[in-house]
This record gives sequence, structure tokens and C-alpha cells, in this order.
Amino acid sequence: MSAEIVQAETRRAWRDPLSVVLAVVLCLPALVPLLVIAHATISPEAEVWAHLSRYVLPEVTINTIKLLIGVALLSGIVGTVLAWLTSICEFPGRRFFDWALLLPLAIPTYVLAFVAVGFLDFAGPLQSWLRAVTGSSAWVPKIRSTGGVIFVLSLALYPYVYLLARTAFLTQGRRALEAAQMLGLGRAAATWKVALPMARPWIAAGIALVCMETLADFGAVSVFNYNTFTTAIYRAWFGMFSVSAALELAGVLLLFVIAAFALERSSRAGARFASSRDMTRQATRLNLGPVARWSAFVGAALVLALSFVLPLLQLLIWSVENVGDIDSRYWGFIARSLVLAGSAAVVIVLASLALAYIERRRSTRSMRMLVRLATLGYAIPGTVLAVGIAVPLVLLNNQLQNWLRAWMGESAPVLLLQGTLLAVLIAYLARFLTVGFNPVESGLQRVTRSIDEAAASLGVVGTDLIRKVHVPLLRTSLATAATLVFVDVMKEMPITLITRPPGWDTLAVRVWEMTSEGEWERAALPAVAIVLVGLIPAAMLTRRGAHVA
Amino acid sequence: MSVRFGVFAPLFGALVLAVGLAGCAKQPSELVVYSARNEQLIKPIFDRYSAESGQQIRFVTDDAGPLIERLNAEGANSQADILMTVDAGELWHAADLGLLQSVNSEALNTNIPESLRDPQGRWFGFSIRARTIVYSTERVKPEELSDYAALGGERWKGKLCLRTSKKVYNQSLVAMLIAEYGEPKTEEIVRGWVANLATEPFSNDTLLMEAIAAGQCDVGLVNTYYFGRLLRDQPDLPLKLFWADQTGQGVHINISGAGVTAHAPRGEQAKKFLEWLSQPEAQSMFAGLNLEYPASPSIEPDPIVKAWGDFKRSPMNVAQAGELQATAVKLMDRVGYR
Repeated sequence: MSAEIVQAETRRAWRDPLSVVLAVVLCLPALVPLLVIAHATISPEAEVWAHLSRYVLPEVTINTIKLLIGVALLSGIVGTVLAWLTSICEFPGRRFFDWALLLPLAIPTYVLAFVAVGFLDFAGPLQSWLRAVTGSSAWVPKIRSTGGVIFVLSLALYPYVYLLARTAFLTQGRRALEAAQMLGLGRAAATWKVALPMARPWIAAGIALVCMETLADFGAVSVFNYNTFTTAIYRAWFGMFSVSAALELAGVLLLFVIAAFALERSSRAGARFASSRDMTRQATRLNLGPVARWSAFVGAALVLALSFVLPLLQLLIWSVENVGDIDSRYWGFIARSLVLAGSAAVVIVLASLALAYIERRRSTRSMRMLVRLATLGYAIPGTVLAVGIAVPLVLLNNQLQNWLRAWMGESAPVLLLQGTLLAVLIAYLARFLTVGFNPVESGLQRVTRSIDEAAASLGVVGTDLIRKVHVPLLRTSLATAATLVFVDVMKEMPITLITRPPGWDTLAVRVWEMTSEGEWERAALPAVAIVLVGLIPAAMLTRRGAHVA
Repeated sequence: MSVRFGVFAPLFGALVLAVGLAGCAKQPSELVVYSARNEQLIKPIFDRYSAESGQQIRFVTDDAGPLIERLNAEGANSQADILMTVDAGELWHAADLGLLQSVNSEALNTNIPESLRDPQGRWFGFSIRARTIVYSTERVKPEELSDYAALGGERWKGKLCLRTSKKVYNQSLVAMLIAEYGEPKTEEIVRGWVANLATEPFSNDTLLMEAIAAGQCDVGLVNTYYFGRLLRDQPDLPLKLFWADQTGQGVHINISGAGVTAHAPRGEQAKKFLEWLSQPEAQSMFAGLNLEYPASPSIEPDPIVKAWGDFKRSPMNVAQAGELQATAVKLMDRVGYR
């Protein structure tokens, strides 16, 4: 079978409207809230807007920009440097840090925030101890400050950058570096001129994820009482009872996201990256000098301690103090967290796969736009997203109900799409599509046309092509996507709170029950459970990543 | 065609499964409560009622704002029968959106004082929460304290700690101050508070009290049950409550309350439950679980609470907190109270 036949077959599929419809349906959950927001932003309510633009917007704009730049820089540097060290260099403990540095993924940002403030603030154990011993703690930097928020969010989010940069370095870094050195570049020059630029798309994608998480974050910034667009949205909505003001603020927030997105895309512009297919050959690692080796060890250990070990210790201490809160219901919380995270992972990975294939087959401008827009959901605060989906879902439900009644009469069953697991999953899909889509898309990009053509020439087409050729090649990408979604859903709080059916309390809901009453110590127990349950897939992911190396 | 089907069949399978699971969610005879009162403070009440009456109760907790939005979005299809909040302003807002129905009940009207329920019977308060001054016994003499306004005075420069203005309790407090003093005077008071802050506002009342105990500041404003909880765990903390404004309007009070939703599928059972909540045994338990004051005046509070002594309460109807909440939030924005 020749390449012409393959192309003809593909072209036939392009014309098929079914794939377009499917793409639109998959993108709808994220698109509908965006449309609602855009609509409200175009026609602002004058009086509220005047108040916001005078007293609220200046502060939250500056705060949000400071936070974005700070977190992007710090998490970007920490994530990239650590990924460089663990995948290219050799230093004491490298094998351990290689997977351990991903562990903070399992700690929700709001948990890290309350542990940090609880431990480091004026009345916390550290400063109290310092005052008791030295008489003063005035020199300790204030944790509840802009710097403090940036520090904590960066510690919580750097693993996204680390994970992606690590993938980039592992699949191409060392060999590229060897090649560059063979061509006469020094080690530093080879790093700056070859390895880093080659890894840039991955690093940028990681930072984009971090930025979107930061923009959508409500839990962590609330602990610090740091005002951002998200807190302003909540305040306008639930404090001033002004839905329109909340949506207008969300509109401005979206502009930020689109700018961040454009930035990420432009950094990839024009460049097409194909990884070297020869992944089996082990290139030699860079040998660092004695000072650099131990500096690398200390740096990695410090990041791991601050972002994972110490917070987990503090959580464990608090948990032991409140161990009486454990009862049989915890099995239910854990089971429901697992069911939600697991089914979300399945649904979102399949949706990502479908979208990535449609994009591959129909690589038109409008299709790419559609997919890009749909992945913006990651930056929208969960509550806004959930409510933006609930309203159209109810309309859809009522319409379906009317049809059912017309068809079946009085005996028609009562439909309840909203307030059910379906509503929860749709909201998760809107929020986490990008988390699943990014790895799947970049994985599929590596399955080049020539691979398809080669397979076709051997008579492997259609379902067989996917089953025998694509799935094995995509396995790591799919696993990465599923793990990231799973862990993110385990940690997710606002969407779960507002969309869950009665009785569907999860571990994250449990944390909320306690933190919303200011009982951080008692929130530690469910928080530890989230971390431990989230560790299982995080560990699986790193093992998978390890054998790629 | 076969390629697409091969990929997407599992996706549709998963969606069908989700819809199937979704269908299992309803059980028509169970009362459904949307509760902003947290699980640990409300489940024991539900369990007691279920044991006494045989009425099963399912519930969802969240902050009141999202719960009200959820109720609003669900409209006539909502499965919720009761909305329960921890603040009068939020009940007022839900009623204002037409999400609650009028309930005419002899028992509720007798047991719950007029200032603690909606004049149209759409919501009722079941416990009272007092927001007053807490002070360090090491650095402050009670004679130096008087009312909320005085905390903006020169004496407390750099000595005051406040919780964030994002918390509805502070929004309601400022709203009630506006009802009492008018907007310009209140703005002056709150400006004074902000000028006196020892540190950035805290995200909860417990942190605020710990900061006073640790010496970061000397006075603050808290709901009394947070004080009760903290002192129950650490009785030696050098903190005390001061009843504010005893020569004026009295201490600012708020309620935790509930109303029957406009489209309640089980309206009658919902009404019965609310009536039960206003009865002596439930009243004592509802308030006692969280160290609050029972709404029904004939019921004694928990011994811990009783030990703080009697005080004069502001007699204003708590509904005003809702009417003036948006005004209060804007005022706090203007004076830079974060």
C-alpha cells in the first residue's frame, strides 16, 4: 500500500463531520463558561465596574502579576535546574532524587500553604521557640507576604516544570550535549547553546501549567489573605452578590491567561521537535567537580525537605494529635476520592486522545483554536467553572426531560444530570483537559507520519495501526496524562465541593470541613491521606519515567 | 470509520457508565439539606433527628455562596429541601433570589425571637453567634475597652488584629455598624481599625487569637465559639472576652439558620425538621455542639459558654446584615481593609 492511499484515506476522514462534532462536544464544558464570561465582560455593569476599577483592580492586577512572575521564575529555575542535575549529571543520591523530587505533586497547594503559615508565622512553633530562646524573632522574614506566597506556591508547583524538563533532557539532552562537545563546544557553552534551547518547549509548557494553576488558585492565596483576581472574583460574587462583577473580573483574568498562553506558543513557534528514536543507548553522565557534586546534593535535598519532607512531618505530628478523628468513614472518603480521581483520569485521557487524533487528522486553524480554547479551563477558578457548567446542564436536562415526557408520557423517569457524578466529571473535564491533553498531544507528535506510512506499507492500517503501533508508542504519554489528572483530581477542592451529590464526601472535602473552621491541625489527617494516596500514582509515574531513561 | 470507533467507543462507554451512576443518586423519601454549617457541627443533629423520627437526611456541605449558586442553577429541578447557613446575610441573599419559601409555623414563630428570623418566614435562626472583643489579659485592662468604634482610637495603634474582610462575619459586622451609625461614620471607624492593625489581617479567628496570645497584638474581634474552642484545648492562654458596646446597641450578633427551599420536593418534612430544630432538646444540642447561644431564649447555653456571663445583645433584625452586605464590602474596599 502506498503513501497516496494512506493520504487519500486520511483525507476522506477529514471531510467526515462526525469528528468535528465530537471535538466540539468535548470542548463544550470548557467553552460554555468562557462564553458566559466573555458575554458579561463585553457589557459591564457600570456602577459595580466603577467601584472595582477604582478600588479593586489596581491592587489585584499588580498582585497577580507579581505572583505570576515570581512563581514562574522560581518554579521554572528550580524545576529546570533539578531536572538538569538528575537527568544529565551525576551526583550523590541522584537516583533517589530523580523520582523523589516529583513527590510534592501529591501535596495540595492549600495544604502546603496552611502548613507553612501555621509553622512559620509569628505565633507558630518556630518563632515562638526563637523568642523563648533568643528573646526575639523579629529578624525572621514574614511568611504572610508576597514573597511568602511566591515561595510556597513555587515549592508546590515546581514538579510540573521538573517533570516536563526531565522528559526533555532524558530524551535528547545527553546525546545532544555529547554531540555539541564533540563539535568543540565547552561544557557550559554546550548547555546554554544546545541542551537548554532544545528543552525550551517542555520547560515553557511546564511553566504555563504552573501559571495557570497559580491564576486559578483560591485555597492557598486565601490562607495568606493575598488578594488576586481569584479572591476578587469570590468577593464580588459572594460578598457583593454581584454575578456580573465576578464574571467581568473573570474576563480580565482570562486576558492574562491568553497572554500567558500566547507566550508559551510563541516560544514553540516554527520549531518542530522530534526526539531521537534511539532511546536505548545510554550516554555517559556529566561528572561534576567535588564542590558542584555536593552543592547539587544539598540543593536537591533542601528543595525536597522544604516542599515535601518537613510539611509531611508537620502534618503527621498534627495527625497524631488528632488521631481520634479517624473512624470507619475514612474508608468511604478514600474510596470516593479514588473513584472520582480514577474515573476522571479515564474520561479525560480518552477525551485528550480523541482530541489529539482529531487535531492530527484535521489540522486546520479553527480546529487548533477550538482545542486551545478548551484547554483554558485550567486557569479558571473552579467555582466559576462549575457554576458556568451547571446552568447550561440544567437547561439540557430540562430539554431532555421534556422530550422523554412527550415520548413516554407520565411514566418517564426523572432525569437528574445536575448534582450527580456526571456533572462532577464534566466539570473535571473542563478544568483538567489541558493536564491530560498536553502529554498526549506531545506524545502523538512523536509518532511521525513516516511511522504511519511504514506501518501502512506493511498492511497495518485502521484499528490495527492504533492498537499495534500507536498505543505502544504512546504508553508513557498516556500514563503521564492519567497520573497527572489523577493526582490533580485527588487534590481538587472547589469543583468537588460544589458539584458533588449528597453523601459524596472525599478527602479534599474533609480537609475543607476543617480548614473552613480554622482547625488546621484537624485538617492534617485527611491531608496526609491525600498525600499518601496520591503518592501511589506519583511513584508509578516515576518508575515508568525511569525505564525510559 | 472503524478507526474512530475503536478509539471512541470506550469514551462513550465511560460516559454511559457515568450517567448510569448518576441515576442512582436519588432516593425520594430522604430529606436533602444544603449546609454551610460544617459536617462535624451538623451531622450529630441529623443523626439524632433520624433516630427519633425515622426521617433519613442526606446533605452536602460547602460555603454558602457556592451552595446558593448551586441552588439557583438547579432551579425547579433541585433536590434540596433545606438551605442552612452560618450567617444571616447569606439567608437574606438566598431569600432575595427567590430560593426560599415562606413557612408559616406556630412552633417556629413562638420558639424563635422575631429579630432572629425573616419577617416573611423564609428563614429562621437556630443559634446565635456573638462577635465581640478578645483581649490579652497580660497587656490590656478591661476598663480600656468599650465599643467596636473605640478600637479605631489612638490607644490601639499597632495593637489591633483583625480577620480578613473576605469573611462574611466581618462583612455582617460592618453592615450592622452601617445600620447603626450610617455609612460615613462607619467608614471612619473601619478606617481607624485599618490604621491600627499590628499585622496583615488573618485568614481565621483562631490564628488571630494565637497572635494575641503570642504578643503580636493586644486586642481583636472574634466569634465567641472560636474563643471557646481554643480555650477548651489550651485553658492557660492569657485571653479573655470583652462584651462590646454594652452602654450602646449591644454586642453584634449573627445567626446560624435555615429555610425551606422554594422548590423543595419534600416541603412538609422539611418544615417538620425545622420545627424540631426549634424545640428545647435540639436547640441545646445545636448550639452546644459549637459553643454557640441557643436561638430560643428559654434554653440555657453550654456551661462553658454560660461562664462568660450575660451580655446585652444588639436588638436589630439580623436581616439587615444581608441588605447592607454589598455596601459593607465596598466600604471595606475603600478603606483598604483586606
